[in-house]
Amino acid sequence: MDSDTKNKNGINWEKDIFDAFKFANIKQVPYVPDAGHSKVIDMVHSDPDMNPIVLTTEEEGVASCCGAWLGGDKSVLLMQSSGVGNCINMLSLLSNCNFPFVTIITMRGEFGEFNSWQVPMSSATKGSLRLMGLNVQRVEQKEEVGPTVNAALYSAYSSDQRIAVLLSQKLIGRKKW
Amino acid sequence: MNRREVVSILCSKRENLLIVSGLGSPTYDVHAAGDSDKNFYLWGAMGGAAMMGLGLSLARPDNSVLVITGDGEQLMGLGALATIAVQKPKNLTIAVLDNEHFGETGMQKSHTGHTVSLTSVAKASGFPVALDLITMSDVIKSHDKLLNNENLTFLNIKVSTQQVKRSLPILDGIEIKNRFKRSIENTEI
Repeated sequence: MDSDTKNKNGINWEKDIFDAFKFANIKQVPYVPDAGHSKVIDMVHSDPDMNPIVLTTEEEGVASCCGAWLGGDKSVLLMQSSGVGNCINMLSLLSNCNFPFVTIITMRGEFGEFNSWQVPMSSATKGSLRLMGLNVQRVEQKEEVGPTVNAALYSAYSSDQRIAVLLSQKLIGRKKW
Repeated sequence: MNRREVVSILCSKRENLLIVSGLGSPTYDVHAAGDSDKNFYLWGAMGGAAMMGLGLSLARPDNSVLVITGDGEQLMGLGALATIAVQKPKNLTIAVLDNEHFGETGMQKSHTGHTVSLTSVAKASGFPVALDLITMSDVIKSHDKLLNNENLTFLNIKVSTQQVKRSLPILDGIEIKNRFKRSIENTEI
Protein backbone atom coordinates (compact mmCIF):
# COMPACT_ATOMS: atom_id res chain seq x y z
CA MET A 1 0.00 0.00 0.00
CA ASP A 2 1.41 3.39 -0.94
CA SER A 3 1.93 5.49 2.13
CA ASP A 4 0.68 8.64 0.44
CA THR A 5 -2.68 7.07 -0.36
CA LYS A 6 -3.15 5.52 3.05
CA ASN A 7 -4.85 8.01 5.29
CA LYS A 8 -4.73 7.92 9.04
CA ASN A 9 -7.64 5.47 9.17
CA GLY A 10 -5.73 3.01 7.00
CA ILE A 11 -8.10 3.40 4.05
CA ASN A 12 -6.59 3.00 0.58
CA TRP A 13 -9.62 3.88 -1.51
CA GLU A 14 -7.89 3.36 -4.85
CA LYS A 15 -7.03 -0.20 -3.89
CA ASP A 16 -10.61 -0.64 -2.68
CA ILE A 17 -11.89 0.36 -6.16
CA PHE A 18 -9.52 -2.08 -7.83
CA ASP A 19 -10.50 -4.87 -5.42
CA ALA A 20 -14.17 -4.22 -6.23
CA PHE A 21 -13.29 -4.56 -9.95
CA LYS A 22 -11.60 -7.90 -9.29
CA PHE A 23 -14.46 -9.14 -7.15
CA ALA A 24 -16.95 -8.28 -9.92
CA ASN A 25 -14.72 -9.85 -12.60
CA ILE A 26 -14.33 -6.62 -14.58
CA LYS A 27 -12.46 -7.29 -17.84
CA GLN A 28 -12.46 -4.03 -19.82
CA VAL A 29 -11.64 -0.64 -18.33
CA PRO A 30 -11.97 2.22 -20.82
CA TYR A 31 -10.72 5.53 -19.48
CA VAL A 32 -9.86 9.12 -20.14
CA PRO A 33 -7.13 9.76 -17.58
CA ASP A 34 -7.55 11.87 -14.50
CA ALA A 35 -5.07 12.40 -11.70
CA GLY A 36 -7.68 11.06 -9.29
CA HIS A 37 -7.94 7.79 -11.24
CA SER A 38 -4.21 7.42 -11.93
CA LYS A 39 -3.48 4.74 -9.32
CA VAL A 40 -6.48 2.62 -10.36
CA ILE A 41 -5.43 2.97 -14.00
CA ASP A 42 -1.92 1.76 -13.07
CA MET A 43 -3.35 -1.23 -11.21
CA VAL A 44 -5.55 -2.12 -14.19
CA HIS A 45 -2.53 -1.93 -16.50
CA SER A 46 -0.60 -4.26 -14.18
CA ASP A 47 -3.35 -6.90 -14.13
CA PRO A 48 -3.02 -9.54 -16.87
CA ASP A 49 -6.74 -10.33 -16.69
CA MET A 50 -7.88 -6.77 -17.36
CA ASN A 51 -7.84 -4.79 -20.55
CA PRO A 52 -7.28 -1.05 -20.09
CA ILE A 53 -8.56 0.97 -23.06
CA VAL A 54 -7.24 4.51 -23.38
CA LEU A 55 -9.87 6.70 -25.09
CA THR A 56 -9.69 9.93 -27.06
CA THR A 57 -13.05 11.05 -25.65
CA GLU A 58 -15.34 9.68 -22.98
CA GLU A 59 -18.37 8.74 -25.12
CA GLU A 60 -16.23 6.12 -26.86
CA GLY A 61 -16.24 4.28 -23.55
CA VAL A 62 -20.03 4.30 -23.25
CA ALA A 63 -20.26 2.49 -26.59
CA SER A 64 -17.39 0.08 -25.87
CA CYS A 65 -18.92 -0.92 -22.52
CA CYS A 66 -22.15 -1.87 -24.34
CA GLY A 67 -20.28 -3.90 -26.95
CA ALA A 68 -18.24 -5.62 -24.24
CA TRP A 69 -21.37 -6.63 -22.33
CA LEU A 70 -22.96 -8.04 -25.50
CA GLY A 71 -19.89 -10.24 -25.82
CA GLY A 72 -19.95 -11.30 -22.17
CA ASP A 73 -17.35 -8.94 -20.63
CA LYS A 74 -18.09 -6.56 -17.79
CA SER A 75 -16.60 -3.05 -17.94
CA VAL A 76 -16.27 0.16 -15.97
CA LEU A 77 -15.71 3.57 -17.55
CA LEU A 78 -13.35 5.94 -15.72
CA MET A 79 -13.48 9.66 -16.37
CA GLN A 80 -13.55 13.06 -14.71
CA SER A 81 -16.57 15.30 -14.38
CA SER A 82 -15.75 17.38 -17.46
CA GLY A 83 -16.11 14.22 -19.56
CA VAL A 84 -19.76 13.73 -18.65
CA GLY A 85 -20.75 16.51 -21.03
CA ASN A 86 -19.04 14.68 -23.88
CA CYS A 87 -21.15 11.58 -23.24
CA ILE A 88 -24.69 12.93 -23.24
CA ASN A 89 -26.09 11.62 -26.54
CA MET A 90 -24.18 8.34 -26.28
CA LEU A 91 -25.88 7.72 -22.93
CA SER A 92 -29.12 7.32 -24.89
CA LEU A 93 -27.74 3.95 -26.03
CA LEU A 94 -27.97 2.76 -22.41
CA SER A 95 -31.61 3.70 -21.90
CA ASN A 96 -32.77 2.69 -25.38
CA CYS A 97 -31.38 -0.82 -24.95
CA ASN A 98 -31.41 -1.09 -21.15
CA PHE A 99 -27.70 -1.88 -20.99
CA PRO A 100 -26.04 -2.32 -17.60
CA PHE A 101 -23.40 0.36 -17.07
CA VAL A 102 -21.08 1.67 -14.38
CA THR A 103 -18.90 4.76 -14.55
CA ILE A 104 -16.68 6.16 -11.83
CA ILE A 105 -16.27 9.91 -12.09
CA THR A 106 -13.70 12.00 -10.26
CA MET A 107 -15.05 15.46 -9.53
CA ARG A 108 -13.21 18.62 -10.46
CA GLY A 109 -14.46 22.14 -9.96
CA GLU A 110 -15.35 21.71 -6.29
CA PHE A 111 -13.13 21.78 -3.21
CA GLY A 112 -10.10 24.04 -3.65
CA GLU A 113 -10.33 24.03 -7.46
CA PHE A 114 -7.77 26.42 -8.89
CA ASN A 115 -9.16 26.30 -12.44
CA SER A 116 -12.53 28.01 -12.77
CA TRP A 117 -12.99 26.51 -16.25
CA GLN A 118 -13.74 23.20 -14.53
CA VAL A 119 -16.66 24.63 -12.56
CA PRO A 120 -19.60 24.85 -15.04
CA MET A 121 -19.50 21.18 -16.11
CA SER A 122 -18.79 20.08 -12.56
CA SER A 123 -21.89 21.90 -11.34
CA ALA A 124 -23.97 20.24 -14.07
CA THR A 125 -22.53 16.72 -13.71
CA LYS A 126 -25.05 15.18 -11.35
CA GLY A 127 -28.04 16.82 -13.07
CA SER A 128 -26.87 15.82 -16.56
CA LEU A 129 -26.44 12.18 -15.57
CA ARG A 130 -29.84 12.10 -13.88
CA LEU A 131 -31.52 13.68 -16.90
CA MET A 132 -30.05 10.90 -19.03
CA GLY A 133 -31.46 8.25 -16.71
CA LEU A 134 -28.48 7.25 -14.58
CA ASN A 135 -28.63 6.55 -10.87
CA VAL A 136 -26.02 8.88 -9.31
CA GLN A 137 -24.22 7.97 -6.10
CA ARG A 138 -21.88 10.55 -4.67
CA VAL A 139 -19.12 9.56 -2.27
CA GLU A 140 -17.58 11.99 0.22
CA GLN A 141 -15.75 9.66 2.63
CA LYS A 142 -12.81 7.41 1.81
CA GLU A 143 -14.26 4.44 3.66
CA GLU A 144 -17.43 4.62 1.57
CA VAL A 145 -15.62 4.29 -1.77
CA GLY A 146 -15.09 0.52 -1.80
CA PRO A 147 -18.58 -0.45 -0.63
CA THR A 148 -20.23 2.04 -3.02
CA VAL A 149 -18.31 0.81 -6.08
CA ASN A 150 -18.91 -2.78 -5.04
CA ALA A 151 -22.64 -2.19 -4.69
CA ALA A 152 -22.81 -0.27 -7.98
CA LEU A 153 -21.17 -3.12 -9.89
CA TYR A 154 -23.42 -5.67 -8.22
CA SER A 155 -26.62 -3.73 -8.97
CA ALA A 156 -25.66 -2.88 -12.54
CA TYR A 157 -24.59 -6.35 -13.58
CA SER A 158 -27.19 -8.31 -11.63
CA SER A 159 -30.17 -6.30 -12.85
CA ASP A 160 -29.24 -4.06 -15.79
CA GLN A 161 -28.96 -0.76 -13.92
CA ARG A 162 -27.03 2.32 -14.98
CA ILE A 163 -25.00 3.82 -12.17
CA ALA A 164 -22.54 6.71 -11.91
CA VAL A 165 -20.35 6.91 -8.80
CA LEU A 166 -19.06 10.42 -8.20
CA LEU A 167 -15.90 10.77 -6.11
CA SER A 168 -15.89 14.23 -4.54
CA GLN A 169 -12.87 16.47 -4.99
CA LYS A 170 -12.50 16.72 -1.24
CA LEU A 171 -12.10 12.96 -1.08
CA ILE A 172 -9.55 12.85 -3.90
CA GLY A 173 -7.67 15.86 -2.68
CA ARG A 174 -6.98 19.22 -4.27
CA LYS A 175 -4.97 19.02 -7.45
CA LYS A 176 -1.35 19.75 -6.56
CA TRP A 177 0.73 22.10 -8.70
CA MET B 1 -20.80 0.75 -56.41
CA ASN B 2 -24.32 0.06 -55.24
CA ARG B 3 -24.37 -0.06 -51.42
CA ARG B 4 -26.86 -2.91 -51.25
CA GLU B 5 -24.75 -5.12 -53.53
CA VAL B 6 -21.66 -4.35 -51.44
CA VAL B 7 -23.38 -5.14 -48.14
CA SER B 8 -24.97 -8.28 -49.50
CA ILE B 9 -21.49 -9.59 -50.37
CA LEU B 10 -20.07 -8.59 -46.97
CA CYS B 11 -22.93 -10.39 -45.18
CA SER B 12 -22.83 -13.56 -47.29
CA LYS B 13 -21.46 -16.89 -45.96
CA ARG B 14 -21.20 -15.20 -42.59
CA GLU B 15 -21.19 -18.24 -40.30
CA ASN B 16 -20.76 -16.79 -36.81
CA LEU B 17 -19.88 -13.28 -37.95
CA LEU B 18 -21.22 -10.64 -35.55
CA ILE B 19 -22.33 -7.39 -37.20
CA VAL B 20 -22.84 -3.94 -35.69
CA SER B 21 -24.47 -1.47 -38.08
CA GLY B 22 -24.29 2.33 -37.83
CA LEU B 23 -27.48 4.37 -37.77
CA GLY B 24 -29.31 5.30 -40.95
CA SER B 25 -28.64 3.66 -44.29
CA PRO B 26 -26.03 1.11 -43.11
CA THR B 27 -28.60 -0.31 -40.66
CA TYR B 28 -31.15 -0.58 -43.52
CA ASP B 29 -28.51 -2.11 -45.82
CA VAL B 30 -27.57 -4.79 -43.28
CA HIS B 31 -31.24 -5.59 -42.72
CA ALA B 32 -31.86 -5.77 -46.47
CA ALA B 33 -29.05 -8.34 -46.75
CA GLY B 34 -31.02 -10.64 -44.42
CA ASP B 35 -32.19 -10.21 -40.85
CA SER B 36 -30.17 -12.11 -38.24
CA ASP B 37 -30.08 -12.27 -34.45
CA LYS B 38 -26.35 -11.69 -34.84
CA ASN B 39 -26.95 -8.18 -36.21
CA PHE B 40 -26.88 -5.32 -33.73
CA TYR B 41 -28.74 -2.52 -35.48
CA LEU B 42 -27.98 0.96 -34.18
CA TRP B 43 -30.73 3.51 -34.68
CA GLY B 44 -28.90 6.27 -32.82
CA ALA B 45 -25.72 6.77 -30.73
CA MET B 46 -24.03 8.40 -33.72
CA GLY B 47 -20.26 7.94 -33.62
CA GLY B 48 -20.47 4.83 -31.44
CA ALA B 49 -20.66 1.93 -33.92
CA ALA B 50 -16.92 1.25 -34.20
CA MET B 51 -16.47 1.43 -30.42
CA MET B 52 -19.31 -1.03 -29.86
CA GLY B 53 -17.45 -3.28 -32.27
CA LEU B 54 -14.25 -2.83 -30.26
CA GLY B 55 -15.82 -3.84 -26.93
CA LEU B 56 -17.49 -6.81 -28.59
CA SER B 57 -14.38 -7.99 -30.44
CA LEU B 58 -12.25 -7.84 -27.28
CA ALA B 59 -14.87 -9.83 -25.39
CA ARG B 60 -15.21 -12.45 -28.17
CA PRO B 61 -11.71 -13.02 -29.55
CA ASP B 62 -12.79 -16.19 -31.38
CA ASN B 63 -15.65 -14.51 -33.23
CA SER B 64 -15.20 -12.25 -36.24
CA VAL B 65 -16.80 -8.84 -35.71
CA LEU B 66 -17.78 -6.55 -38.58
CA VAL B 67 -18.88 -2.95 -38.12
CA ILE B 68 -20.73 -1.58 -41.15
CA THR B 69 -21.27 2.15 -40.96
CA GLY B 70 -21.33 5.33 -43.03
CA ASP B 71 -18.81 8.09 -43.63
CA GLY B 72 -20.78 10.59 -41.54
CA GLU B 73 -21.07 8.23 -38.58
CA GLN B 74 -17.38 7.36 -38.67
CA LEU B 75 -16.37 11.01 -39.02
CA MET B 76 -18.21 11.70 -35.76
CA GLY B 77 -16.15 8.95 -34.13
CA LEU B 78 -12.81 9.75 -35.75
CA GLY B 79 -11.00 9.40 -32.43
CA ALA B 80 -12.32 5.85 -32.18
CA LEU B 81 -9.98 4.87 -35.02
CA ALA B 82 -7.06 5.94 -32.81
CA THR B 83 -8.46 4.08 -29.79
CA ILE B 84 -9.12 0.90 -31.79
CA ALA B 85 -5.69 0.96 -33.45
CA VAL B 86 -4.06 0.99 -30.00
CA GLN B 87 -6.02 -2.16 -29.03
CA LYS B 88 -5.56 -3.91 -32.41
CA PRO B 89 -8.04 -6.78 -32.08
CA LYS B 90 -7.35 -9.13 -34.98
CA ASN B 91 -10.99 -10.19 -35.23
CA LEU B 92 -12.40 -6.71 -35.95
CA THR B 93 -13.15 -5.14 -39.33
CA ILE B 94 -14.52 -1.61 -39.68
CA ALA B 95 -16.22 -1.17 -43.06
CA VAL B 96 -17.32 2.34 -43.98
CA LEU B 97 -19.83 2.75 -46.82
CA ASP B 98 -18.49 6.04 -48.09
CA ASN B 99 -20.88 7.94 -50.35
CA GLU B 100 -19.20 11.22 -49.41
CA HIS B 101 -22.53 12.63 -48.24
CA PHE B 102 -24.87 12.85 -45.27
CA GLY B 103 -27.53 10.77 -46.99
CA GLU B 104 -30.21 10.84 -44.29
CA THR B 105 -30.35 14.59 -43.88
CA GLY B 106 -30.55 16.02 -47.37
CA MET B 107 -27.42 14.77 -49.10
CA GLN B 108 -25.08 17.47 -47.88
CA LYS B 109 -21.50 16.75 -48.93
CA SER B 110 -19.40 15.25 -46.08
CA HIS B 111 -15.72 15.71 -45.30
CA THR B 112 -14.79 12.66 -47.37
CA GLY B 113 -16.29 14.44 -50.38
CA HIS B 114 -13.94 17.32 -49.69
CA THR B 115 -10.43 16.56 -48.44
CA VAL B 116 -10.58 13.75 -45.88
CA SER B 117 -9.47 10.17 -46.48
CA LEU B 118 -10.70 7.88 -43.70
CA THR B 119 -8.34 5.19 -44.98
CA SER B 120 -5.37 7.51 -44.45
CA VAL B 121 -6.62 8.35 -40.95
CA ALA B 122 -6.91 4.64 -40.15
CA LYS B 123 -3.47 3.95 -41.59
CA ALA B 124 -1.87 6.84 -39.72
CA SER B 125 -3.57 5.67 -36.53
CA GLY B 126 -1.91 2.27 -36.83
CA PHE B 127 -4.44 -0.04 -38.49
CA PRO B 128 -2.28 -2.84 -39.96
CA VAL B 129 -4.69 -3.12 -42.92
CA ALA B 130 -6.50 -0.04 -44.27
CA LEU B 131 -7.86 -0.19 -47.81
CA ASP B 132 -9.94 1.83 -50.23
CA LEU B 133 -12.31 -0.50 -52.07
CA ILE B 134 -13.37 0.88 -55.42
CA THR B 135 -14.60 -2.14 -57.38
CA MET B 136 -16.75 -5.19 -56.63
CA SER B 137 -13.73 -7.43 -57.07
CA ASP B 138 -12.00 -5.42 -54.29
CA VAL B 139 -15.02 -6.08 -52.09
CA ILE B 140 -15.03 -9.80 -52.89
CA LYS B 141 -11.30 -10.05 -52.09
CA SER B 142 -11.76 -8.37 -48.71
CA HIS B 143 -14.84 -10.47 -47.97
CA ASP B 144 -12.75 -13.62 -48.44
CA LYS B 145 -10.53 -12.51 -45.51
CA LEU B 146 -13.34 -11.37 -43.23
CA LEU B 147 -13.53 -14.56 -41.18
CA ASN B 148 -9.76 -15.18 -40.96
CA ASN B 149 -9.16 -12.98 -37.89
CA GLU B 150 -5.64 -12.25 -39.13
CA ASN B 151 -5.53 -8.47 -38.79
CA LEU B 152 -7.45 -5.50 -37.52
CA THR B 153 -8.85 -4.14 -40.79
CA PHE B 154 -10.32 -0.88 -42.02
CA LEU B 155 -12.22 -0.84 -45.32
CA ASN B 156 -13.36 2.38 -46.93
CA ILE B 157 -15.86 1.32 -49.57
CA LYS B 158 -16.81 3.90 -52.16
CA VAL B 159 -20.54 3.68 -52.90
CA SER B 160 -22.84 5.82 -55.02
CA THR B 161 -25.49 8.20 -53.69
CA GLN B 162 -28.14 6.28 -55.60
CA GLN B 163 -31.33 6.05 -53.51
CA VAL B 164 -32.37 2.58 -52.41
CA LYS B 165 -35.59 1.41 -50.82
CA ARG B 166 -35.63 1.57 -47.01
CA SER B 167 -35.47 -1.82 -45.33
CA LEU B 168 -36.34 -1.31 -41.69
CA PRO B 169 -35.31 -3.74 -38.93
CA ILE B 170 -36.91 -3.84 -35.49
CA LEU B 171 -36.65 -0.56 -33.63
CA ASP B 172 -36.90 -1.85 -30.06
CA GLY B 173 -33.36 -1.57 -28.64
CA ILE B 174 -34.05 -3.97 -25.79
CA GLU B 175 -35.20 -6.66 -28.21
CA ILE B 176 -32.21 -6.01 -30.51
CA LYS B 177 -29.91 -6.39 -27.50
CA ASN B 178 -31.59 -9.47 -25.99
CA ARG B 179 -31.80 -11.48 -29.17
CA PHE B 180 -28.18 -10.63 -30.07
CA LYS B 181 -26.92 -11.68 -26.64
CA ARG B 182 -29.00 -14.86 -26.61
CA SER B 183 -27.73 -15.83 -30.04
CA ILE B 184 -24.06 -15.56 -29.11
CA GLU B 185 -24.50 -17.20 -25.73
CA ASN B 186 -25.96 -20.18 -27.59
CA THR B 187 -23.05 -20.33 -30.02
CA GLU B 188 -20.09 -22.59 -29.37
CA ILE B 189 -17.03 -21.41 -31.25
